[in-house]
Amino acid sequence: MTTFRLNGRDVSVDTPEDAPLLWAIRDEAGLTGTKFGCGIGACGACTVHVDGEAVRSCVTPVGSVAGRAVTTIEGLDPKGQHPLQVAWIEAQAPQCGYCQSGQIMQAAALLKATPHPTDAEIEAAMTGNLCRCMAYIRIKKAIKAAAAKGVAA
Amino acid sequence: MNAIDLSRRGFLVSVTAAGAAFALTAPAEAAGAFEPTIWYAIDRDGVITVHIIRAEMGQHVGTAIARIVADELEADWSKVRIDHVDSDPKWGLMVTGGSWSVWQSYPLYSQAGAAGRIALIEAGAKLLGVNPAECVAAKGTVWHHDNGMSYGDIVAKGDLSRKFTAEELAKLPIKKAAEHRIVGKPGQAWDIPAKTNGQAKYGLDAKVPGMVYARPKLPPTRYGATVVSIDETAAKKVPGYLRAIALDDPSGTVPGWVMVYADSFVAADRASEALNVVWKTDDTAKVSEADLQARARALIADTSAGSLVVEDPGVDAAFGASKSTMECTYTTSTALHFQMEPVNALAFEKDGVFEIHTGNQWQSLVLPWLAKALGRKEETIVLRTYVLGGGFGRRLNGDYAVGAALASKAIGGKPVKVVMTRADDTRFDSPRSPSVQTLRIAFGEGGRVTGMEHHACAGWPTQAMAPFFMPKGANGQPYDPFAISGANHWYTVGAQRVRAVGNDLANRTFRPGWLRSVGPGWTNWALESFMDEAAAEARVDPLAFRLRMLDGAGRNAGSAPNAVGGAKRQAAVLKRAAEKAGWGKPLPKNTGLGLATTFGQERDMPTWVACAARVAVDPASGAVKVEKLTLVADAGIIVHPDGALAQMEGAALWGMSLALFEGSAFENGQVKDTNLDSYTPLRMADVPDVEVEFVASNEAPVGLGEPATTVVGPAIGNAIFRAVGARVRDLPIRAEAVKAAMKA
Repeated sequence: MTTFRLNGRDVSVDTPEDAPLLWAIRDEAGLTGTKFGCGIGACGACTVHVDGEAVRSCVTPVGSVAGRAVTTIEGLDPKGQHPLQVAWIEAQAPQCGYCQSGQIMQAAALLKATPHPTDAEIEAAMTGNLCRCMAYIRIKKAIKAAAAKGVAA
Repeated sequence: MNAIDLSRRGFLVSVTAAGAAFALTAPAEAAGAFEPTIWYAIDRDGVITVHIIRAEMGQHVGTAIARIVADELEADWSKVRIDHVDSDPKWGLMVTGGSWSVWQSYPLYSQAGAAGRIALIEAGAKLLGVNPAECVAAKGTVWHHDNGMSYGDIVAKGDLSRKFTAEELAKLPIKKAAEHRIVGKPGQAWDIPAKTNGQAKYGLDAKVPGMVYARPKLPPTRYGATVVSIDETAAKKVPGYLRAIALDDPSGTVPGWVMVYADSFVAADRASEALNVVWKTDDTAKVSEADLQARARALIADTSAGSLVVEDPGVDAAFGASKSTMECTYTTSTALHFQMEPVNALAFEKDGVFEIHTGNQWQSLVLPWLAKALGRKEETIVLRTYVLGGGFGRRLNGDYAVGAALASKAIGGKPVKVVMTRADDTRFDSPRSPSVQTLRIAFGEGGRVTGMEHHACAGWPTQAMAPFFMPKGANGQPYDPFAISGANHWYTVGAQRVRAVGNDLANRTFRPGWLRSVGPGWTNWALESFMDEAAAEARVDPLAFRLRMLDGAGRNAGSAPNAVGGAKRQAAVLKRAAEKAGWGKPLPKNTGLGLATTFGQERDMPTWVACAARVAVDPASGAVKVEKLTLVADAGIIVHPDGALAQMEGAALWGMSLALFEGSAFENGQVKDTNLDSYTPLRMADVPDVEVEFVASNEAPVGLGEPATTVVGPAIGNAIFRAVGARVRDLPIRAEAVKAAMKA
């Protein structure tokens, strides 16, 4: 049994401590916005925040987040109106959309640490997030648009 | 080949028995064997629900189809909704592929919308007590001068019994581009907001109470493996493990699969790793990429093999009488779909119906497999529809749905959620087959092209999964039309021969897949590389060389309704791309601009695309950096411009990724790359400048999901040659190959 904060509320899960956080979030807590892509931390579809840091939940043991704060796409903004989410729609960034929760969570961590990133900083931060539809042009555009408007953390 | 003719289906407008909805249904006299069909409905609040039979996999197809209906219907766009439907025989053929969705839907849904508008105007005029000829419809309201009545009110109060025969429908005039109010205008896609907040429901997100999880333990080979023994000793130590069952599959879709059940996915995953299964395998367990290529080369060399897709009279004579000839051979390596969502499905039996909850691109293909596998009638099986975490052709092959259905059947129809890991998904992907192609050209007097041959050998997806789709060539032999399209090009080359050969070893070793564009992924690599090589041989500028042959003569003149203008439109996009990219202007050392063009997939539905790629080559390493891709497309009327642009951007980057970043190989009967540690699609940092332009057009809308994929590779190859004089003939293009070709 592991207890942690998930999007601001305490949850306890029965998953073995060495099991990936991803499946505890999806199958135990029932939040399916976080996706399974590669299982080796190389595609970024499962990206969530742990104490504000972007992590790959598919390779994060659930035991390691005991007592810590986990935020998923569902908890990024109470109304789904985080500046990045707004910018994502404005830029019409998603195609299939499967990677986009992870892309947005990764970008949110980037903008929190670096509110006005350069192109190179965006590329460095986002290169771990695969978009198989290759919607990269619009993802980058959306991050820049959100940064330009200013993301109040 | 466009075997699917939905235009035969007719409609009538009628009031449903419930009286609340107004719908378009197939008239019995025109429908023949078709069941009554409902494409959209308007309720008493004026809300229009458009039923979408196409899978949503990133192309925003529901938005595009709803725009088509709404424009002719003169609907209030804010009141239009889309509904992605479950499988049902009443929808007819359900397939999402071939870049066909908008092309096939456009006439059908336009006429359906127009019929609705006419019926609403007539019923509205009656209610208003005026002459319908004096009424117009706009934004969901029928107007007689300043007096209006909303569609909702008309549905609630009016008589909507107006009927249209199929012939009447077919004659209904459709708007010209200039009259469109919704089609062709800016606007957002409706599926997007739910893809930014975690609410979109993919197959992986499907769940029902009481379901158990399963992961398949996959055999060493795709076919020909049989289970000898199962040892559960280690699996039983995994908490949550339930059992393992070797599936019994009368359909032959998932031979040798062992399903590992547990109370969570984590447990199923771990137990599957722990389970010890011994299989008996066949000779394909040793097959390598080199074996597949060697078999293809042998089949190409055997001129009696395969099917003659194009066989003009006088090919051999043209070569015999030529001043000079040239011949080149090109190859492509195995490539993976690698859609982000690994294939998965939830299956169970409920109230006598088997339900399969999954994302799928070809419901009409998998239903008969499911029926055979489960030993029950198709009418008692339903595929519930979910958003697809990427399609690209992988989910045309619904083999994973069969595995899930059998997993449920094996435990009495209880709900089972089957999830493949990434490695499972990749190992049993339907990859793009490796290919070998030999092209020959004959030059006559003055360098004129007098003959051409294109011989292509690859694994054939359509033979593996949909053989009923295979036409016969001039020699009576069947061929996979999707695996050779592109070779039957629009260049006027004198006497032409196109020969398609199926790679039998490929089809035994794996399940060849339809991968974004299918055949042109290799045929256009060869054709457009060869065009530059032939131009160099003829000492003609490669742009001028192509334009001379894109003359629209003979069969390349094009025809209504889909290919009006023919090769002249291909010439126009090519010229425009070259001009935009600065063709002919000086470039820095080791930098080159390369051109390529395509008509998409099928001559019956050409999407004219050209690409100019600017690359810089590092002569020390042979490394290629793509600086800019300039693309021009003529796809007729563009229904959803922003979505069309997104498809072009994504497809172009796909083409670049397949050309430089992807490519795998078979080793011991399996693809050697099973995850992102070694399979490395393009990432954000690799994206070059991309510029896309659409030709303004009033012609029939065609497809945009795929065509841009296949121009980028050869444009890059041609650019490399122009940058450093290195000709590469194998896809993907590796730095070592460029380096080696520079030395040669």
